[in-house]
Amino acid sequence: MRVIRKVGEWLDQRLKLGETIRETAEHPVPRETASWFYVFGSAALTCFILQIVTGILLALIYVPSAGEAWNSLQILNHDISLGWFIRGLHGWGSNFMVAIVLIHMVQVFLFGAYKFPRELTWMIGVFLLLMTLAMAFSGQVLRFDQDAYWGLGIGASIASRVPIVGPWAVNLMLGGPIIAGATLSRFFAVHVFLVPGLLIAFVGVHLLMVLKLGVNEWPMPGRIVRRATYVAEYHEMTHKAGVPFVPNAIWKDIFFSGFILLSIAACAVFLGPFGPSGQPDPTIIQTAPRPDFFFLWLYAVLSFLPPSAETPLLMIGPAIGIVVLLLLPFFAGEGEKSWKRRPIAVLTILLTAVMLGSLTQLGLHTPWSPVMDAWSSVPIPSDYLKGRTALERRGALVFQAKQCHNCHSLDDMGGKRGPALDKVALRLTQDQLIRQVIQGGGNMPAYGKNLSPPETTALVAFLETLHPTGQPPAGNAARAVVLGASAAGSSAAGPSAAGP
Amino acid sequence: MTESTGVSRRVLLVKLGVFLNGIVGVILAVPIVRYILSPVAHARKIGYESWLPLGGLEEFPAGQTRLATYRNPVVNPWDGETADIACWVRNVDGQTFQVFAINCAHLGCPVRWFPQSNLFMCPCHGGAYYQDGSRASGPPPRGLFTYHYRVDDGKLFIKAGEMPTTGNPTASVPGARRTCA
Repeated sequence: MRVIRKVGEWLDQRLKLGETIRETAEHPVPRETASWFYVFGSAALTCFILQIVTGILLALIYVPSAGEAWNSLQILNHDISLGWFIRGLHGWGSNFMVAIVLIHMVQVFLFGAYKFPRELTWMIGVFLLLMTLAMAFSGQVLRFDQDAYWGLGIGASIASRVPIVGPWAVNLMLGGPIIAGATLSRFFAVHVFLVPGLLIAFVGVHLLMVLKLGVNEWPMPGRIVRRATYVAEYHEMTHKAGVPFVPNAIWKDIFFSGFILLSIAACAVFLGPFGPSGQPDPTIIQTAPRPDFFFLWLYAVLSFLPPSAETPLLMIGPAIGIVVLLLLPFFAGEGEKSWKRRPIAVLTILLTAVMLGSLTQLGLHTPWSPVMDAWSSVPIPSDYLKGRTALERRGALVFQAKQCHNCHSLDDMGGKRGPALDKVALRLTQDQLIRQVIQGGGNMPAYGKNLSPPETTALVAFLETLHPTGQPPAGNAARAVVLGASAAGSSAAGPSAAGP
Repeated sequence: MTESTGVSRRVLLVKLGVFLNGIVGVILAVPIVRYILSPVAHARKIGYESWLPLGGLEEFPAGQTRLATYRNPVVNPWDGETADIACWVRNVDGQTFQVFAINCAHLGCPVRWFPQSNLFMCPCHGGAYYQDGSRASGPPPRGLFTYHYRVDDGKLFIKAGEMPTTGNPTASVPGARRTCA
């Protein structure tokens, strides 16, 4: 012990840091902030440090070359001892980091911590969130597989829509005319040097400001923030009734960070590393690219925006979002901090959470994408075929062979791109079915050129059987008048005999 | 500002030094910016596209649409398989062809050809196109991108080399809808 103290004294005589460290550690914080609600910032930092360490470990093996990256990931997964575990830690660490940064942001927002005098701390935090997302996206690119390749294609296609400079933006982003070696190299530089460097600098300033300005006090309903009096009030709160940060508050940070690290390790062990999926070979087109979890909501948005509004919304939407976040402390820099007196703030969080949650859920299921192999791998339920005429069964064959099943489900199986057809005969009459099949419309391609008249007749005969037993299919009352009683009678007795 | 006292001379020297470094910074910035912008430098950008052989005409029977691949003309030795690009070749009637980019006009995902229903379908956001490449349904703002082609000595050539995107489509056949974002 004496030796350690001697070495410490020797070092401190030269470094002159001991006093600063002691003061920082023991600086008083408001008593109520020694709370489990105040652990997310430090947990985000812990994740960031884990990402730096595991990132360096991966860089020992990873080859940032378009021709070799995928192979080097296979080596990491299968040949290097515990390479899969380090990849798992880095991948899950990334997911945890994004999640914790978001939770931290919600907590800061609901506790009013962005108000005077911590406006700049919040703004730097917004940049930290953007950089974290940039790390998540560029990290997905470095996992150079099919998803990464086509994800870059999506990124380039969005960049190309920037007015005037779009084509140049694509070449700059890709480092050339196509997604290739230069693209991976520049994303490697962004992921390993540029953004981490900025992150370290911004995290440093962010932390320094938390120390200099003091951690946000626990918001009490009715305790109003005013620029003129806040600093003095906060000083009194911390110096008269405060507690030292170490040990009163920090033990919760330490416990939570340890719990998070353990959770990341557990995910890495039990769920394993992410991919890589198929090789980044653009001639392999049997692929359905998906972004990583935290970009699924964006993937969903991109499929729902109408074509006419897509480009302006893609260009303006993110800019508005970022500007609103940055300017928040300027139009709400004073006043109530407590969420109990800020219903709009609470509603904003709930609305955003429900929105992102629903979009992510949709992104997991992608109902807007045709199920590419449904026509050959998802059979028509046998109940829909029992007791049918030869013509109707022929129509069921047409339904499969012409890939209708890729977009339309029967008994909840098949594509969800178009409406489910289990009860289509209730909605559309025979004439309407023929028109819809031949001319398309309402987001359905026209099949007029691809179906022979007998095929159309058979298909429509099959579709007319799709209605519940006991409910008659839709009919056209005028038909009897126009075609005469005999034609109407035969049509009513024909395809609508029994439902599934 | 007078130069009678030592302090102001040193202040002046500091300012002069900062100014000098500013000039050096500008001089250094020019090559750095040009280096960063090299992928879009005019001399390089016009060289991105060239005529590439897709194979003999016998590989593309009349009335059918077939997948073809080519090696991108601008390529680095370490590009690996990423420099192999696929495209769809439609032989309309034995005389005329249509060569479609593999990239969906919406956001660049690889479209697949379904000969049974004569449709191209995109796996990402559900875009669909008819056999002539025109938009059938879904979010794409236009039809499939097409390459210029020519037939030479029994072989099919296309002019390609750059990934087509909505803002930077490759050749558009006359009559095809072309949207500039």
